[in-house]
This record gives sequence, C-alpha cells and structure tokens, in this order.
Amino acid sequence: MKVIEVENLTKRFGSFTAVDNISFSVEKGEIFGFLGANGAGKTTAMRMLCGLLVPTSGKGVVAGYDIQHQSEKVKASIGYMSQKFALYEDLKVWENIRLYAGIYGVPEKETKERTDMLLAELGFEKEKESLVKSLPLGWRQKLAFSVSIFHNPEIVFLDEPTGGVDPVTRRQFWEMIYKASERGITVFVTTHYMDEAEYCNRVSIMVDGRIDALDSPSALRREFAAASMDEVFRHLARKSKNNGL
Amino acid sequence: MSQLTPNNTPDTPALSCRNISKSYGKVKALHDITFDVQQGEIFGVIGPDGAGKSTLFRILATLLLPDAGEATVEGFDVVKDYKKIRKIVGYMPGRFSLYQDLTVEENLRIFATLFNTTIEENYHLVKDIYSQIEPFKTRRAGALSGGMKQKLALSCALIHKPSILFLDEPTTGIDPVSRKELWEMLRNLKSQGITIIVSTPYMDEASLCDRIALIQNGSFLRIDTPDNIVKSFGKGLISVKGENMGELLKRLREIPGVISCFAFGDSHHVTAENSSNQLNSLTADTLAENLKKQGYTNLEVKNIEPGIEDCFMELTAK
Repeated sequence: MKVIEVENLTKRFGSFTAVDNISFSVEKGEIFGFLGANGAGKTTAMRMLCGLLVPTSGKGVVAGYDIQHQSEKVKASIGYMSQKFALYEDLKVWENIRLYAGIYGVPEKETKERTDMLLAELGFEKEKESLVKSLPLGWRQKLAFSVSIFHNPEIVFLDEPTGGVDPVTRRQFWEMIYKASERGITVFVTTHYMDEAEYCNRVSIMVDGRIDALDSPSALRREFAAASMDEVFRHLARKSKNNGL
Repeated sequence: MSQLTPNNTPDTPALSCRNISKSYGKVKALHDITFDVQQGEIFGVIGPDGAGKSTLFRILATLLLPDAGEATVEGFDVVKDYKKIRKIVGYMPGRFSLYQDLTVEENLRIFATLFNTTIEENYHLVKDIYSQIEPFKTRRAGALSGGMKQKLALSCALIHKPSILFLDEPTTGIDPVSRKELWEMLRNLKSQGITIIVSTPYMDEASLCDRIALIQNGSFLRIDTPDNIVKSFGKGLISVKGENMGELLKRLREIPGVISCFAFGDSHHVTAENSSNQLNSLTADTLAENLKKQGYTNLEVKNIEPGIEDCFMELTAK
C-alpha cells in the first residue's frame, strides 16, 4: 500500500524553481531517506507533503489525502519533528506529551495511561517533572520522536532529527525508528549523516530541485560503483549547477 | 607573524589552556580542561552538541570569563590581555552572526574596517574562499545558502590577517560536499602558517586534523593524533554484514564476549573481548562460527580497524 504518492510536483518562487517536477511513491512501513545538498529543495518538498505549502503544479497524496485540497486532513494524519524545533523547552516532559497528544486529539485518559508507559520505555521515569530544557540534546530528540508518533500517525516526517547528537544516542534513535516502522508507521527522514542513509529501505537524492536517484542504498552503491553512500552522494551533488551555493 | 609583538618565542604554543572550568548555575559546562596547540596546527575539538565546545571557544576568544584556570593565546592572557588577543584572532561562532541585511561585500568591508584594514590590502588571504562567492557580492547575506554563508563568515574571520583562527562548528548543518570543500580551505590556510582550532560534531572529520580532543560532558576524554587514538582502542573490532540487519543486531548483542554492537552504515560493528586469557574472547572467525550455528548464512564477518567514532563510543561507554 502506498502512503505517499507524488506526481510531477513543482514549486516555484518567482523565477526560481525550488522543486522541479518530482515523482515518487513511498510504501506503508517503509523507511524512506530524503537526501540532497543544502538548497537542493528538500525542505520545500517536505513542506508541501506536510500540507504547509501549496504546490505550483503537480499532485501529491499523503495518507490518502490530497496535499493541496485536504491539507488539514494530511496534517492530522502525520507526525513531524525537526532538529531545530521539536518540543517546548519551558514545559515539563509530561506537559509536552499532554500538549501534543491534545493537539492531535488523543483522549485524555489514554494520554495519561500511555505517558507512564512511554517514559518507562525510554527510561525517563525520573524526568517526568523535568523541564525539557534541562535534558541533554540526545534525550530531547528521543523524547521528541516518541511525542511525534504518540497519536499513531500514518507517516512521520523527520527533518535532520539527529544533527549534533552523540554517536551512541544517534544509533539508539535509529533503533527507535526501526521499531516505529515495525509498527507500520512510515518514516520519511532527511539527514546529513551518510551512514544513516544506509539504514533506510530506500533513499532519494535531490539535486537542483529534481530527484536524480532513487533506490535502495545497496542498489545505488552498485549503480554508481561506489563503496559508500557518501561517495554516491558526492558524485551526484557535484553535478549540481548551484554547486556551493 | 602578527603585527604585534606577543611575549612568546617560536617555541611558545599558539595556545595554552590550563585547568579551565566553567559552570552555568548548577551545570558544569567545562571541567578542568588542559591542552596546548602548537603553531600552525589544525586542532579539532570533537564531540556532540552540549559537550562544552562553544563555551571553550568563547573563553579562548575572550568573550566569556572562565570560573577557574588560565589560558593564553599567542602568549597573551585571555583575561588580562583580551584587547590584544582580539586583534590577532579570527573567530567564527557556531551560529551565523553576520549582518543578514547587508550584502556579501558590505559584510566583508565592515570587518576589514573594524580591524583598520581594507579588503584590497588583505585580499590575497581570502581570495581562494571569497572568489567563490564574489559573483554574488551584491546579494544580502541573509539570502545565501548554508554553504555560502559559511564561506562568507570564514572570509570575514580572515580579513584582518589573524595568526590564529577559532572556528566553532563551521560544518554543522552543511551537506557532505560543502563540508569537504570547507576542509580543503582549512588545509590551505594551514599551509599559510595559520593555527586553526576547529570544533565539530562529525567524527569523520577527525582524520583531517593534526591532533584532536574528544569532548563529552565538559571533559576531554583523550587528546592525541587521530592515528594514536585509533591505535589505543585496545579491544577487538569486528564488522558484520548480512541480511535482516535489525534482527542481526539484537542477536549479536546476546553473544558472550560481545561488549557492544552498533550499526555503522551498511554493517554492524561489534566491540569484543580479544585478550587471549579471556574465556569469551572473540575473533571474526569464532563469531562467524557462532552465527553460522544459529542458522545465519550469507554473512560477511571480518576484523577491522576502528575509526574515531568507534573510539568515541568506546570511551563514552565507560
């Protein structure tokens, strides 16, 4: 079953084409890596898929809803977290969970029951009353991810979720991603760590607004005769007309 | 090297840091940091966000006072001689801090003017880097992409001909191609005799430094050349590649003698007991045999050399 279907999606800002006629689909439960250099158009594409930005042309269906005409339904069916913004730092751990659960319409009784379960699973029982800003970054990101899938969305969008996180926590984070995917949640993730590209079922690489490559990491390595995803990425990104921009 | 006459000889370290500590309220940001950086070295401070990298850089750049300890830059004390230090260092903060509403060229001119020089006088220093963004010199700095912003910030940090450069996470949030370009620029600057102290959360950038310090929770775990740090790993490291990697990870962690196991790109890295007097000592061969008995086929199991990331994880596991 496809949970994301994109056809000829395009976004122009004035004379600049940020996303240039991209088409792809993502299967339910898949971990899909969305890679590209700075300025390649990843954020713009992701914002359209989340129903936050209206496409100039083309079509997108996310969780069964049209991203242009049913954007509110799209928003209710997805989870989102990013490196830059994830949780409210001046709220306590449990307050953040309650706030997000409330926004997404999880019944209050259920939220109460599942909050303790979630904190136990993360090993954060002692931090329930702590302000989020007092937690180390890695913990915050793990908590933010759990919060972003608390309402059991069809898809979760993760925008550089592990930037700056220490190596051990970064790997624990990916093990959480695997668990979510086993539960049937589709994971759409961007990263600048090329070793993380290997953890995805399939990856796409954007160059100048287009998707220049899309396949499993092993198939891409074979196609480009590369030893690592880092090499594949560099090979493609060097072709960019905007190199270094 | 600098126009001033610092109280040092050619043998004086470019930077010397003794027992520096700094707390914010109850949080210990830096704890007893001691190290030297030699003239013309590229010294990397490597660790995750929140480890204390920026606090250390702010103290060395004379923007923050330490609670305890002493540090000198080119022989000048960071507390008493801060005015002198500011003339001879270039500092690029982690957060983009140029004037977003000014153009590329206006930003560079402001920095040149503040340091009593001109773009023309020191153009040769920034030429390699600035020429790449010069075609866009009339663009507002705020409208630049990540890679271009970093090139402009580096140009601005260099335009007054500093003898020592502090670069706080210049590659964070930058894609792998721009990261590589930035490091090529740093190698070039080193060849011109500039001392560079650079921080990064990316472990794979360690090998590009002459020496590195691994930092976690405000303390240095190890200071050495990347090669020596790798050599001191002291455990066996085995790479395992196969199908169904998620399942394999769990299985590997249950095998006696496995100290830890983590995903590393397309393979798993197993840290194992390898001293011969240990009962549960593991090699690639014995591990492969164990997995075969459990019914695994099509596995690639081999002994490998650790990287800096393996070392960092091993050091922080203690």
